[in-house]
Amino acid sequence: MNKSLRHSGRPKQLEFSRRRFVTGTVASGALLGLNFTSLRAQTSQTQSPMILSGREFDLNIGYKAVNFTGQESMATAVNDSVPAPVLHWREGEEITLRVTNNLAEDSSIHWHGIILPSNMDGVPGISFDGIRPGQTFEYRFTANQSGTYWYHSHSGFQEQTGLYGAIVISPRDADPVSFDREYVVLLSDWSNTSPHNVYSKLKKMSHYYNFNERTTGDLWQEIKSKGITQTWNDRAMWNQMRMSERDIADVTGYTYTFLMNGNAPDQNWQALFQPGEKIRLRFINSAAMTIFDVRMPGLKMKVVAADGQNIEPVTIDEFRIGVAETYDVIVEPSADTAYTIFAQSIDRSGFARGTLTPEVGLSAAVPAMDPAPVLGHRDMGMDMAGMDMSSTNMEGMDHSQMDMAQGMPGMETDPVMSMPSALGRAGFGSSNEITHVRSEFGPQVDMRSESPQNGLNDPGIGLRNHAQLYNRRVLTYGDIKNLYPTLDSREPEREIELHLTGNMQRYMWSMNGIKFADAEPLNLRYGERVRITLVNDTMMTHPIHLHGMWSELETGDPQHIPRKHTIIVQPGSKISYLVTADARGGWAYHCHLLYHMMGMFREVRVS
Amino acid sequence: MLTRKVLILSLLMSMEIWPGLSQAAMEDDPLLYKLMVNELESNDSGGTPLTWNAQAWLGHDIKKLWIKTEGERLRGDTEELEVQALYSQAIRPFWDFQIGLRHDARPSPSQDWGVIGLKGLAPYFFEVDAALFIGDSGNTGLRLNAEYEWLFTQKLILTPEIEVNFYGQDIPEVSLGSGLSDMTLGLRLRYEIRREFAPYLGLEWSKLYGNSADFVSSNGAEVSDTKVVAGLRLWF
Repeated sequence: MNKSLRHSGRPKQLEFSRRRFVTGTVASGALLGLNFTSLRAQTSQTQSPMILSGREFDLNIGYKAVNFTGQESMATAVNDSVPAPVLHWREGEEITLRVTNNLAEDSSIHWHGIILPSNMDGVPGISFDGIRPGQTFEYRFTANQSGTYWYHSHSGFQEQTGLYGAIVISPRDADPVSFDREYVVLLSDWSNTSPHNVYSKLKKMSHYYNFNERTTGDLWQEIKSKGITQTWNDRAMWNQMRMSERDIADVTGYTYTFLMNGNAPDQNWQALFQPGEKIRLRFINSAAMTIFDVRMPGLKMKVVAADGQNIEPVTIDEFRIGVAETYDVIVEPSADTAYTIFAQSIDRSGFARGTLTPEVGLSAAVPAMDPAPVLGHRDMGMDMAGMDMSSTNMEGMDHSQMDMAQGMPGMETDPVMSMPSALGRAGFGSSNEITHVRSEFGPQVDMRSESPQNGLNDPGIGLRNHAQLYNRRVLTYGDIKNLYPTLDSREPEREIELHLTGNMQRYMWSMNGIKFADAEPLNLRYGERVRITLVNDTMMTHPIHLHGMWSELETGDPQHIPRKHTIIVQPGSKISYLVTADARGGWAYHCHLLYHMMGMFREVRVS
Repeated sequence: MLTRKVLILSLLMSMEIWPGLSQAAMEDDPLLYKLMVNELESNDSGGTPLTWNAQAWLGHDIKKLWIKTEGERLRGDTEELEVQALYSQAIRPFWDFQIGLRHDARPSPSQDWGVIGLKGLAPYFFEVDAALFIGDSGNTGLRLNAEYEWLFTQKLILTPEIEVNFYGQDIPEVSLGSGLSDMTLGLRLRYEIRREFAPYLGLEWSKLYGNSADFVSSNGAEVSDTKVVAGLRLWF
């Protein structure tokens, strides 16, 4: 259960004073939406981070006492705000940010999803040396894009302790998306346990935070419904692999309180609307470790942008937002009633929650969380041929979502087929057979997907079959098409296949079995068009972020390839995207789950 | 002689761990330690017995120094005390190779052994620790230990455990006989108040076999025993 829920019976008065403490005296424009020209301070029940607008910014990183859980704890703040202030820029303007580090350790700020020169990217050891305690670093670059992005520390574990904030860039030309009011919805996870402590607990006992393991009761239920023989057979793979089908999130609601714009669920962040208005919600997942599934019971959401970039609008009921992704949605509440903004964690151990309301204080019912997902054979990259589907995945399966061209068993690949001439066409992804390189074999890698599924049209664990089960349409990557024609229509010259690898029990993470500390940089030739195919050889869902260049996700339409900065790679699956290496220098490329990142990381060099 | 070789070898291999202590450890793989008191318990056999089985490691993902100790105190005296100091290296995703020394301080006279072991998680989630012991005077021993965790709930966990010891020859001074020497079956039900802290209740059945049984029974002691145990499991 989400820890904060246990406090839901707290007296209202106490709650109020606690909230005041959390956000201090920060003036908030939350209830009016982002009105960048005339910010009005509101006395409100909930607070949002302050909004800073303009071309020049002074950002001071420092410590701040916060209280999200009923217990005081220390956070890293920007301008005394946790989350950090919303930065509002305008496309085409040169932005100057003087960042001063008042911490006792090195710090940095990375502008996530912003296309800028390598030395302004804010990754210590790759873009610059970091910002020493007491020093100021001046970032200066031009905002050549518009949309919803975010920023966060790229030093140590500071991102976990509050150093993250939203960036909204207004377009230079007319916005293709029309709306009457807009809000940033920044999702995050907070723990009172220090991140170093969390990390060492995971190293010592990787399932430390998982309190949804299989029990005797589950076994009994399975035997009752399937019989002993079938149960034994179904369990065989897990028992032989020594893996838990319940391993969905490494760090859970056991220690996390999930926040919406810095408000715990019982604080209920509120956003005002007037019936009939079009509201633009800019969802940002700035969590350290938590992937969220977002919905607003009673409202359809029209997704208009992914990772800041405009897409052909898709109307859905629910979407998954990986760590570091952003989605802009339009909702049109017509009734004079409140709607819950509900973001449950992927493992259903808790949720962030807020309310879109026509009236301060009015709230809507908070839905129950969906059942926690249970991994199936497909999520382990197992070949599906000849398997009794009905018994292998408790969620059931949508056969049409499986790419039957993938992973035909027993077929030997003719080496000629792997030559560049056989690369799949731009926009459609890889047509190569996957290979496991030698470095993937060793104590650091506990599984390899033999027959990875195509991760494009599968909404992912815990979201499959929601149309049938709940009548909710879930966004898939396959739904995402760029609003504008593909800028670089070249075919890829080559394909780089990278495997996301790890050893869950030892809590070691790597790419191709090699952790960052031991890895050579990944070299790209300036100007080349390259395809990256990621194969997930683990049972975790990894959001992978390439700095400095767009990850153009191949969703089946070469004319409208969407541009993303962070791509979810589902367990036991593979996914392909194109990259135009048009940014010289060194760039970070890594899993955005904070406790995976140190190992599952590469430097990309474009020269 | 052999013991000394093993000692030198394991010390040399352990040296590889030490650089991590002197310089900033790699961010992804910090130097960590873990102290695990798997069993700290008393039983109903009289004489206010206290027995323990504890391990500790210090190191990184792949290479660790590993200490194991078990023993028993009875009526204020240490009846049994065994300590192992091992170098441990991950060699397979689920297996560590361990090499080092074992010192049996009690019962007297003390015994020294070289240790070569394999510790890890076998298919079907059996925690296994298998070790070969080679003594100073060419004595040999083999210990196999396996346990399983049975979750009634997320916090109420039953652990069946089996351990067998074999020896290559009689060591009458400490009442060890050749062949299968002893077998212990344990069943402990713990409640994890926190992950790190769990009181438990259990049953332990043990039996001596062959010459080990003969040595002990000639002293008038029982060769088979069933005890009710209560104790604490903790780690940090």
